[in-house]
Amino acid sequence: MIAFDNVAYNYGGGELLSEVSLRLAPGSFHFLTGPSGAGKTTFLKLAYAELLPTAGRVTIFDREVRGLTRDDVALTRRRIGVVHQDVQFLDHLPLAANVAMPLMVSGRTGDPRDLTDLLQWVGLGQLGDALPPQLSGGERQRAALARAVIMGPDVILADEPTGNLDWEMSLRLLTLLVELNKMGKTILVATHDLNLIRTAKNQVAARVLRIRNRRIQLAGADL
Amino acid sequence: MIRRLRLLVTPDRQADRVVPPSGHSAWLTGFTAGAMTFLAVFALALSLASGRLADRWADALARTATVRISAPAEQMEIQTAAVLAVLSTTPGIASARALTPDEQKALLAPWFGPDLPLDALPLPQLIEVTEAPEGYDGEGLRQRLMAEAPGAVLDDHSRWRRPLATAAARLNLLGGLSLLLIGATMAAMITLAANASLAANAQVIRVLRIVGAQDDYIAAAFVRRFTLRALAGSGIGALAGLIGVALLPPVDEAGGFLTGLGFQGAGWLLPLLLPPIAAAVALLATRAAAFRKLRELP
Repeated sequence: MIAFDNVAYNYGGGELLSEVSLRLAPGSFHFLTGPSGAGKTTFLKLAYAELLPTAGRVTIFDREVRGLTRDDVALTRRRIGVVHQDVQFLDHLPLAANVAMPLMVSGRTGDPRDLTDLLQWVGLGQLGDALPPQLSGGERQRAALARAVIMGPDVILADEPTGNLDWEMSLRLLTLLVELNKMGKTILVATHDLNLIRTAKNQVAARVLRIRNRRIQLAGADL
Repeated sequence: MIRRLRLLVTPDRQADRVVPPSGHSAWLTGFTAGAMTFLAVFALALSLASGRLADRWADALARTATVRISAPAEQMEIQTAAVLAVLSTTPGIASARALTPDEQKALLAPWFGPDLPLDALPLPQLIEVTEAPEGYDGEGLRQRLMAEAPGAVLDDHSRWRRPLATAAARLNLLGGLSLLLIGATMAAMITLAANASLAANAQVIRVLRIVGAQDDYIAAAFVRRFTLRALAGSGIGALAGLIGVALLPPVDEAGGFLTGLGFQGAGWLLPLLLPPIAAAVALLATRAAAFRKLRELP
């Protein structure tokens, strides 16, 4: 699905990631943890080609990102659902239109019943007509997850998806991610919430990766 | 290419909705297109009027010539008769006649007043020549006149016609240049408005890129909006300009050039071409601005 081979990334002020090699296998569930500023978000941006590595190779769906045109990048992103901590919507459009945005930009017309089912699955069935600024943090995160999965992507990348949520809402979002993984989706969640990771490991066979000293390590029992 | 064109021209109500509807750029684009088209209507009227004027001057002066005979009084009648004889046998001359003393007096009246003692002044005799459509050989005629009437000089008005025609052509050129400047100014203003709109909607563009929108799709949403605004604004500007030109005083004998400013016949349809041209300018300007901005984003 997504492979990093000896990848480094330099922001200009020093190297943030170095010698990163990793493969996200189909159907796998990974957590990526590490302190703030360690490079979790940068890693995710490299994984959906918002950033290009300064060294090494990032391969997405068997294609090296450096060889992708801008149109290729757009088409690739239709196969990757992304959920950000500071999720962004088009505030002038109702929630349902925002969730259906990936379908719209790809020229597909989804079944309205599927959209309704999806909103109900994330617990937002009654809020389809609401505007994004009217939603709470938890509702926005769940809406972002719905938008991320509406195209039936192969991979879902979530960057601190529970960062602004209370524990109950975090568990609810985690349950949705686990359900998606059981449907065969490849999941990568960047989080510094170790309680969430411990809880998830009771539900799914998740690997935990940690960024330390610019490199990615497989975390063990010290979690 | 076909897909890109289709994206641009096919109305997609959903896609158009991704760009928030309000903002300063909306009225700025419409106003700019309207104001520039209003001015363009007058520049077009000026250009067409000066073109007509150039044609009229060139046409009227080109068909007439004058032979001026300066000779001693006792030779004047003989040379006049000789010149008229030469002219009557010259191919390409439709008619020729000697001006009467009264006509010559009238010509001089603006400078010397009506009581000019014409008999007391050694004035040359003037012969008015009207050219036939096929034209005559000026150089050949000059040589024949020199041989038959040494005091005769042919003035085919080219000395006067050239600067007049040049002036009219320059006016025509200025009108065309004004149209180009107006178009360039409109393109610059719409580019500024499009850039402002793109900057204000950076978040919208970022969201669209993240969910997999291609540059063509994003650009088309902006381009369609700006093109339609420019088309609407320009349509209003063209209509106002046409009304303004129609309200100018009508052409009359004393009016001269200024009252001749306007359109004639099918010329009234030309301003209707301005809104589609304005829309095309807006389309190209916004498209260039949109792709320039999009290339800055990952």
